[in-house]
Amino acid sequence: MIQIIKHTVSAPPSGAGGLKIVIINYGAGNIQSIKFAIQRLGYEAVLSDNVEEITAADKVIFPGVGEASSAMKKLKSTGLDQLIPTLKQPVLGICLGMQLMCNYCEEGDTKGLGIFDVDVVKFNNTVKVPQIGWNQISNLKSALFEGIAENEYMYLVHSYYVPMNDEAIATTDYGLKYASALQKSNFYGTQFHPEKSGDVGEQILANFLKI
Amino acid sequence: MLTKRIIPCLDIKNGRTVKGVNFVDLRDAGDPVELAEIYAQNGADELVFLDISATEEKRKTLAELVMRVAQKINIPFTVGGGISSVEDVELLLNSGADKVSINSSAVKNPQLINELAAKFGSQCIVVAIDAKQIDGEWIVHLVGGKVPTNIKLFDWAKEVEQRGAGEILFTSMDHDGTKNGFANEALARLGSLVNIPIIASGGAGNMQHFVDTFKDGKADAALAASVFHFKEIDIVDLKKELKNNDIEVRI
Repeated sequence: MIQIIKHTVSAPPSGAGGLKIVIINYGAGNIQSIKFAIQRLGYEAVLSDNVEEITAADKVIFPGVGEASSAMKKLKSTGLDQLIPTLKQPVLGICLGMQLMCNYCEEGDTKGLGIFDVDVVKFNNTVKVPQIGWNQISNLKSALFEGIAENEYMYLVHSYYVPMNDEAIATTDYGLKYASALQKSNFYGTQFHPEKSGDVGEQILANFLKI
Repeated sequence: MLTKRIIPCLDIKNGRTVKGVNFVDLRDAGDPVELAEIYAQNGADELVFLDISATEEKRKTLAELVMRVAQKINIPFTVGGGISSVEDVELLLNSGADKVSINSSAVKNPQLINELAAKFGSQCIVVAIDAKQIDGEWIVHLVGGKVPTNIKLFDWAKEVEQRGAGEILFTSMDHDGTKNGFANEALARLGSLVNIPIIASGGAGNMQHFVDTFKDGKADAALAASVFHFKEIDIVDLKKELKNNDIEVRI
């Protein structure tokens, strides 16, 4: 079993002064799991689609499961597509959230938010699609992976992937080597689900909250 | 490399586990959340909760349970049992389930698979198929394997993939409960016909059966209930055994 020290983040002070964590709520998929994972780390997160609330947050988490073009439509309908690329605090896109932060998504032929300069493409049929399960993350860079060993297993479930590029901070092998995490200045993205990847995944979330 | 998954399955009735479990370290053997936590800490890669209750309160009770599980455990889990509409799925996913499994409702209304995949994405739609052999032909069955249909397993598997299922959970009713091993021949054929992951279910009795279903059955994951609940097989030991047999697992 993987042994990692749990709950390395001390509980925040109650009331004012606590970390303001906002999970962007735009109707795309299962966001309860992220909220619960943050609670297990001793913090509280707010679900919001409100521009002021998101702008004022200390940390922003941009989740998403589901289909890219309909998710982009939802972002556009609330103006969040304009807001997200202008955010200055640490932003973590998870799964589809990270994919939408790229230039373009092959799924639904959709333009993305253009934060990461790369196009998201579909796995070809030499592998089973979707990739579902636990796979290793390697070549780890960035403070996001502080204290995380090379080749740890993370939970992934996706049919589209981000090809290798200069902004990759983790790579994973599934028929080919692809970028399973990205970083550009204050923007971070993980293809894997840290909130569903056991204690190691929770450590990565805790690292993000410390950035 | 992507690992093979080990998935304990918990049968749920009115918010409690049934069929019994044999964990000495449980305070309450009937509490699915406590059992789920133990499995998550002991190397399970994923969990399946199969709701077998038939009361009118079912949906609400199940959603409450899903939320309690999601609060506590940090590995993915699937919820199945009597799910028959977009609204059912929405409630469960919003409560924190990662995937849902549909079975009879997909057979009765195959279009449901398309609707669910379009709305929630294929990645969270598992189609469970129960089948047994009749005159040498694998036939899909309903109601826990009691009612035969006129649908052939391999045709149905291809259809559910085309309609947008993200995964197939195949239970051989011929093997389920026998503890004689999984239906590896049928599993291998399924694996050659579809390009989505396949979870093997039915027949687990010892560790070698898991080795065989990954090697011969080409399964992507293996599901079992009683061998885990009664501690006949410890998941950590099982994973060591799989690794010794050059099967990629998360240890």
